[in-house]
This record gives sequence, structure tokens and C-alpha cells, in this order.
Amino acid sequence: MRRALRGGGVACFVGVLVGACAASQEGGGRTLDVLAAASVGEVFEQLADEFEAARPGVTVRLSVAGSPDLVAQVVEGAPADVLATADEATMARVTSDPSLGAGTPQAFATNTPALVVATGGAAAAGIGSLADAAAPGVRLVVCSPDVPCGDATARLAAAAGVELHPVSEELKVTDVLAKVTSGEADAGVVYTTDATAALARHPGSVRVVDVPEAAGIVNRYPVTVLEDSPEADLARAFVDLLTGPSGRAALAEAGFGAP
Amino acid sequence: MRRSAIPTAGTAATVPGWVVAVAVAGATFVAVPVLVLGGRADWAGLPTLVTTPEALDALGLSLWTAVASTLACVVLGVPLALVLARTWFPGHAVLRAVVLLPLVLPPVVSGLALLATLGRRGPVGAVLEDLGVGVAFTTTAVVVAHTYVSLPFLVLSVEGALRVAGTRGELAAATLGASPSRTFWIVTLPAIGPAVAGGALLAFARSLGEFGATLTFAGSLQGITRTLPIEIYLLRETDPDAAVALSMLLVVAALVVVAVVHSAGGTRGLRAALGRQHA
Repeated sequence: MRRALRGGGVACFVGVLVGACAASQEGGGRTLDVLAAASVGEVFEQLADEFEAARPGVTVRLSVAGSPDLVAQVVEGAPADVLATADEATMARVTSDPSLGAGTPQAFATNTPALVVATGGAAAAGIGSLADAAAPGVRLVVCSPDVPCGDATARLAAAAGVELHPVSEELKVTDVLAKVTSGEADAGVVYTTDATAALARHPGSVRVVDVPEAAGIVNRYPVTVLEDSPEADLARAFVDLLTGPSGRAALAEAGFGAP
Repeated sequence: MRRSAIPTAGTAATVPGWVVAVAVAGATFVAVPVLVLGGRADWAGLPTLVTTPEALDALGLSLWTAVASTLACVVLGVPLALVLARTWFPGHAVLRAVVLLPLVLPPVVSGLALLATLGRRGPVGAVLEDLGVGVAFTTTAVVVAHTYVSLPFLVLSVEGALRVAGTRGELAAATLGASPSRTFWIVTLPAIGPAVAGGALLAFARSLGEFGATLTFAGSLQGITRTLPIEIYLLRETDPDAAVALSMLLVVAALVVVAVVHSAGGTRGLRAALGRQHA
């Protein structure tokens, strides 16, 4: 049931039109609204299942989107009990506004940038370092510096002393990955977790090239409970699950580092 | 909906009150979000917000790619409309449906289709790559994406006008000994001039607003492929005020296009074509 509520805004709007929206709230059960960044979406689905299994009557309504979208939803008053973003700067936009009632954010995972290279193509075949990927004739795709993954990419390039010449600065890290797995681009800078997922899902379509400086570019994922919510106690229990052994294990499997 | 069903002044009295009430609600539904967005704009800071180098690059790129794709639409679309309006052959209806496809396809699907064909590993793209004229990540890709999604507007507009104009003038010219080409240039084209202009303006507006197909197919790099709508989407993350300011620029552009097209009656052909399609 929760799976169907992914991207629940549209589902709910359509639901209102056919008078079915209230159905998800019925039966006296408790609903926990969890807003999670796209990159941790699958881990959160797994944890939400575990959370529901241990608490009969509790439904976790998971909304997965880009961090800026999640923050915009919270600022505009969307129901939210737990908010997990992909970077601290985005989270700061919620915690800096006292009226939103956010608690103190807690880091629950880390991610580092990774260089993925397409298999096939002469230009791609010769790439063995970040400097190779920045060479003329190589189609390198990165995130725009305005979004978190692009910021990490810029810091990685600075740390490695390489000037990048991307052919495209995408708006989302998944768009970067898609351009590399499809062979449209020769190389791309994504997150380690994206590289892990790509290797699992499209074996043979990409390879990961080690960039030593990446270990020093650590992006922290913060989570917070929105204390004003009526389900704040459940929200705290969910955060405990996330930061406990179960959450740690699921995050590690997806390629996230420990905070 | 036949052409005669297009209301003219004086028909309001025959419309039931509840229909008017729903119509008012419909108009409100369309107008209010744009007005509220306008209310959020920082009008005093607007000149500064829309003249940053990034915004000017995006605006310039959007304008010239929209002009280029509009020209491409006219060059490809007028002959296409002429064939659809003046000839019949097996598969005519299928061709018509295919040409209109980008009108109803989600732009991201159009983008994926273009990528599959013209991308580096696509059947056409691979050949172009070998010839050294690959379109991936170039401004050409933006123009291609714009042309793809805008072409139906021009074809519909011109085809409708051709059917409304009829073939009498063309037959007369042929009787007087004019060749088909000469008839096209001196009889057909002048007759559909306003419809071509109207369709071109609609295609231009569609190009200016293109987002999904461009982002999917062309990518996003300042001054090369990052058009105004993509810049707006990107700015939303870091500078919502600037995003709203640039949005206002597109709203004004859209209003101007709609006003010009409507006052010139340029959508008559389009409406006629759509009307006949549903009749």
C-alpha cells in the first residue's frame, strides 16, 4: 500500500477528485509521513516495511523526491513527521526557520563522489583517472554546481587539481548516470551509491574509476524529526531504526558510508 | 465540434447559467496560479534578476533556437500540410496521426525517442558521429528537439487553412497553364500566408517553453544547451526569486504570442483542423 503512495501528492490530488483520498487515513490507524531524498528512497522503503511490521496499525507514508523539492513541501506546509535530505545545506533551510519546528538534525549516512565510465567507445576506453576524463575529446557529464552533487563534483575537481570541461551540467545525479549508462556520455561524476546501483542494475554498462581524492569529499545526509507533528514519538522511533543496526546495515549495502 | 459551433458575440444568452458558472471556475483555475506567481515576483528587483550572465545566456539561446526551429517547422511543415490537405493515398490517416504524435506525447518521451535515434548509439546518431557531425550535447540537438515538438502546431494550422481555402484558385491556375510549382508559389502560398504566420508563432511559443525533450535529448550547459525553462528549473533550487522573475519573462512572451495570434485570426486554420478532426 505504501508503495502506491510514492509521490503521494499527485495520487492524493487524483484521489480527491474521485473521493478516495480519505481512505488512506481511515481505520483509526496511525500514519507516519516520511520525506526522503531520492538517493535513500530504496533504503527507506525497506526500513518502512520493517517499521510497519513491528507496529501493527502504523502506516508509513513515504514521499521520495529531490531534497530541494522535499524542503519546499515542508516549507509550504505538507504533512511531514520525518525529513531526510541528501545534504546539510538543504536541511539548513528547514532548521533555520523556527516556525517549522524541526529538531536538531542528525547525520545518518555519508556519500562520496565517484567517477563512472561507459563501456565501449574509444574515448571512454582510455579513461583511468579524473584527469583523463577531463581531457579534450572526452564527453564528461556532471551535475550543475547549483545542485548538491555538482557542488561535490566541484570540490573533488579542486582537490584533485583537475579542471573539468563537461559537455553537460545536469540537474539531477540520476540524469548524469543515465547519460553514462546509455553510452551518450563517456564519463560522469556521480555518488558512490549511484555507481553501486548502476553496477548492480546494468552490469557491464559502466565501470568505476577510482579517484583517490574522493574519500575526502564527504557528503553527510541529515535526518530530523518535525517536533510539532502529532506523531513525533513515532517519528523519533523511525529515526532510531534508521540510525540503529538495521538502518546502518541497509545503508551500507546500498553503498553509503557510516556518519 | 464543427466550425459553426465556434461561438460568436450574441450567443451568450442561450448558454445555461450553470454552464457559465463552470466556465468562470475553469477560467479562474487557469488564471489564478499565474496571477499568484506574478504576485510572488520581486518586480523591483526584476531588471537585476533577469540580466545576470546566466539568465541572458539562457534567454539568448532560447530565442535563437526557437527562431531556428520555427524556420525548420515552416520548411518541413508547409509541404507536409499540403500533402495531407491536397492528396489521398493509402495510409493517409496514419501519416496524419503520426505527424500529430508529438502534440500528445509527453515531451520526455519525445526526448527519449530522439535520443534512441540520434544519440551516439542510435541508428542515425552513430552514422553522424562517424561523419564527425554528431548532435549529442550540441545546440543543434536543442533545435532538433524543439522542431520535433513544435511541428504539429504548424502542420495543423496550415492544413486547416488549406482545407478552408479550397482548391478553386489552384484549379484555375492549372487551367490557365501554370505548372504545379508555379501554382504553389503564386496561388497556394499567398492564400495560406496568415495561417503559416499563425502556425509559426504557435510553434515559436512551443519552442520557447520546451523543457522535457530538450533536457532528455540535449543536456544542460550554459550558453550551449541550457534554455530558459531549464535555467528556471535549476534556479528554483538556489534562487527561487530569480526563478520566478525569469518565469515572468516567459509568461509575458506567451501572452504576447497568444494576443498576436488571436488578433490576427491566425489560429482559424488550427481550430478548423481540430474541429474537423473531432467532427
